[in-house]
Amino acid sequence: MDDKILLTIDGRELDAKPGQTILEVAKEAGIYIPTLCYYPGTTNVGACRVCVVEVEGARTLVASCCMPVSPGMVVKTDTERVLDARRLVVELLWASGDHNCLTCESNGNCELQDLVYRLKIEEPRFKIEPPGYEIEDTNSMIQKDMNKCILCGRCVRVCNEIQVNEILDFSMRGSHARVGPAFDADYIDSECYFCGECVDVCPVGALTFKQARFEGRPWDIEKVRTTCTYCGVGCQLDLNVLNGKIVKVTGNSEYGQPNQGSLCVKGRFGMDFVNHPDRLTTPLIRKNGELKEATWDEAYDFISEKFTAIKEKNGADSIAGFSSARCTNEENYLFQKFMRAVIGTNNVDHCARL
Amino acid sequence: MTNSIDEIEFTDLILATGTNTTENHPVIGSKVKRAVRRHGAKLIVIDPREIDLTKYADIWLRQKPGTDVAVINGLMNVIISEGLHAEKYIEERTEGFEALKKVVEKYTPEYVEEISGIPAEDLKTAARMYGSAKSASILYAMGITQHTTGTDNVKSCANLAMLCGNMGIEGGGVNPLRGQNNVQGACDMGALPVVFPAYQQVASDEVRTKFEKAWGVSLSGTPGITVTEVPDAVINGKVKALYVMGENPMLSDPDLSHLEKALKKLDILVVQDIFLNETGELADVVLPSACFAEKDGTFSNTERRVQLIRKAVDAPGDAKPDWQIISELATKMGYVMDYSSTREIMNEINELAPSYAGITYERIEKEGIPWPCPSTDHPGTKYLHKDKFTRGLGLFHAIDYIPPAELPDDEYPLILSTGRVLYHFHTGTMTRRAKGPSERYPESLVEINPADAEKYGIEDGKSIKVATRRGSVEARASVTGRSPEGTIFVNFHFREVAVNLLTNPALDPIGKIPEYKVCAVRIEAA
Ligand code: SF4
Ligand code: SF4
Ligand code: SF4
Repeated sequence: MDDKILLTIDGRELDAKPGQTILEVAKEAGIYIPTLCYYPGTTNVGACRVCVVEVEGARTLVASCCMPVSPGMVVKTDTERVLDARRLVVELLWASGDHNCLTCESNGNCELQDLVYRLKIEEPRFKIEPPGYEIEDTNSMIQKDMNKCILCGRCVRVCNEIQVNEILDFSMRGSHARVGPAFDADYIDSECYFCGECVDVCPVGALTFKQARFEGRPWDIEKVRTTCTYCGVGCQLDLNVLNGKIVKVTGNSEYGQPNQGSLCVKGRFGMDFVNHPDRLTTPLIRKNGELKEATWDEAYDFISEKFTAIKEKNGADSIAGFSSARCTNEENYLFQKFMRAVIGTNNVDHCARL
Repeated sequence: MTNSIDEIEFTDLILATGTNTTENHPVIGSKVKRAVRRHGAKLIVIDPREIDLTKYADIWLRQKPGTDVAVINGLMNVIISEGLHAEKYIEERTEGFEALKKVVEKYTPEYVEEISGIPAEDLKTAARMYGSAKSASILYAMGITQHTTGTDNVKSCANLAMLCGNMGIEGGGVNPLRGQNNVQGACDMGALPVVFPAYQQVASDEVRTKFEKAWGVSLSGTPGITVTEVPDAVINGKVKALYVMGENPMLSDPDLSHLEKALKKLDILVVQDIFLNETGELADVVLPSACFAEKDGTFSNTERRVQLIRKAVDAPGDAKPDWQIISELATKMGYVMDYSSTREIMNEINELAPSYAGITYERIEKEGIPWPCPSTDHPGTKYLHKDKFTRGLGLFHAIDYIPPAELPDDEYPLILSTGRVLYHFHTGTMTRRAKGPSERYPESLVEINPADAEKYGIEDGKSIKVATRRGSVEARASVTGRSPEGTIFVNFHFREVAVNLLTNPALDPIGKIPEYKVCAVRIEAA
């Protein structure tokens, strides 16, 4: 295609596709422009203004997330003027909230904290005046602390544009602006589906996973990418693990398919069963009408003798097996191989129909 | 699915029938909603229940439960009589069109209105919408399959798609949405009574020879029996032993009292699972297995994409991954299975299952691959039946409408439909142990239309008794317009309200699927 657009960013000549924004082109080229309100896959709103850059010939700084590139454009992303403007934005955000990282669950995983550090801000030039909202603690999945909200609107946009659950919106205006379900209701009293996407994308500690509270700092947590065990979508997710325990579940959008980082309530909040005390931990054999603990060898011997005897007396087709839509391909393969090659019957099925 | 999940978002029209996808496959549900809200796709919903998707639909056809064949025949009647069918596609790529045309002739919108209750004009509008879309994707799930005419319903969906050339194209196809993580894979791997892995027939001598050579034993060519046929086979004394891995038939299967009788009659019942579930409680031997977070392996999702799962934490106590348990038991029984990892098992699958031949762990480390993938340099298959159907020509099936097996009468005047809710999964073994989902949906509710509630003196939130010819349960009522008049809906997640005590075990003659979406029921305030 020859409808390429040539432009210069920080002295580098780059080409772009028509319709791309300055931010997108810079990202592709590995040029850092900070963002807060920007979130891929949602409308660019240019609300936070930390992504401002200097464009030659433009009177004011422009929000790079909203500005489409044009031929011959000359962009500078790190002039003093740009950095000053970003500092002002970040200092205002800092001063208007309760950003006490000591107790914040997002410490070490916070984009505001990163920006303060990166922009080398010692302290805000404005007086710190948190709004003093009460922390919403009425459900066991999502904790909401509006004192830390920077009103970036990411949660609102993913809820409406990605999940299309249409629960969150802004309410009030100016310094009283908040985000939340309709009528300022608590999550639990709203129609919220608890997909948790709003929490996943919140850049600060305003929305956090309740059950992960005090369970571990991000730098100690290991993320293990896997596939959700519930429905057939097969969402890619990260189990966040610390000391052999799943602390929380976050969406994985690294390679896109099939879920682009989205999850639902089951994949997100349905993993408590893994660590549940009811889990079976040892084989059981029924003796005198009761299931009693046994060793693996005892259990295998018991089954092997019974199966062999029944097969000899009544034929292989008197044994049947139910494999599982919950188990892996490898396990299903082995199960049918077991029934067919070891037992000698085709009586193998699973609950696809149910 | 014949299409990929991604295509749903970018197709021109979606027809969702018998799938409450925003609750059962929520991330696909979001794609449907995005298609509508952000990309201007049209949405037709055909469903007796006022599911969430109806809010996003251009048109919602609310048919009487179990009348799907008539409705689809009606759509095709309108499409053919208005000349909206894809003549060239039908001629080049399909056969059996004349027979189809003849059968659907009598399904005029007026006749279909009599059967289904859908206003003739609405049916026409929907037919025109579907018939004039450039690419249209049909989504369906258990609302289509769990009927005694389930196979007919599925074939009817395929008929409609082929009639308009909507199969084997980008964004156009027929897409069953799988409710469980690896139903697709369990089928692919031959956990079915008539086929080896990759749907190779057990009855074929050639296929059997191949597997006999690979496995070093002689194999039976007699087809096995299905899950739903097992209870009777036990009662008749044909089946004496049952080995159940990772399933809970004592909540998920129809007519539970009958099943319980059968399970108790067995000489040996072995249950291998992560919890002692309702089935395990009847077992002679229980084997503890590792759950998905405690082992490696692969799942195949509803779009046929084979994806890795990875061990993140250790299994509790002595619990072991199912593949290890099976291997050790086989070895104990004199057939050595000495796999040291799941990767080795996948290598064997690559050898024996042609559609999985090119799907190796190395290749799916980052992104899963949808089968068919016949070799390691093949990219996988995004949508099926491109240019040509698997069988060559696409075959139309001329199908007449048959009513459900058990219809309401004086004694049991309402219809019972079963299914799932967003916050729980299948028999609830896992989600009911999760704090958040249980907080949101703590107990089973019977959904009942306000008109029926009034008629039977039932109040919202009050306990009611629900009975069929097979049994009865009690639960609180949720009076809601989501349920159509004359039909109640109950989920099967809660053991306290085991709705499968009530369901009709009548099976689809080919698919052997029980009729979970329609049986006759009686209700009263409890
Ligand atoms: S949890 Fe999901 S549905 Fe609920 S508000 Fe957040 S994004 Fe919206
Ligand atoms: S809650 Fe988080 S994501 Fe939502 S507006 Fe506030 S800071 Fe942004
Ligand atoms: S996160 Fe939800 S939609 Fe995704 S696979 Fe799991 S259950 Fe399905």
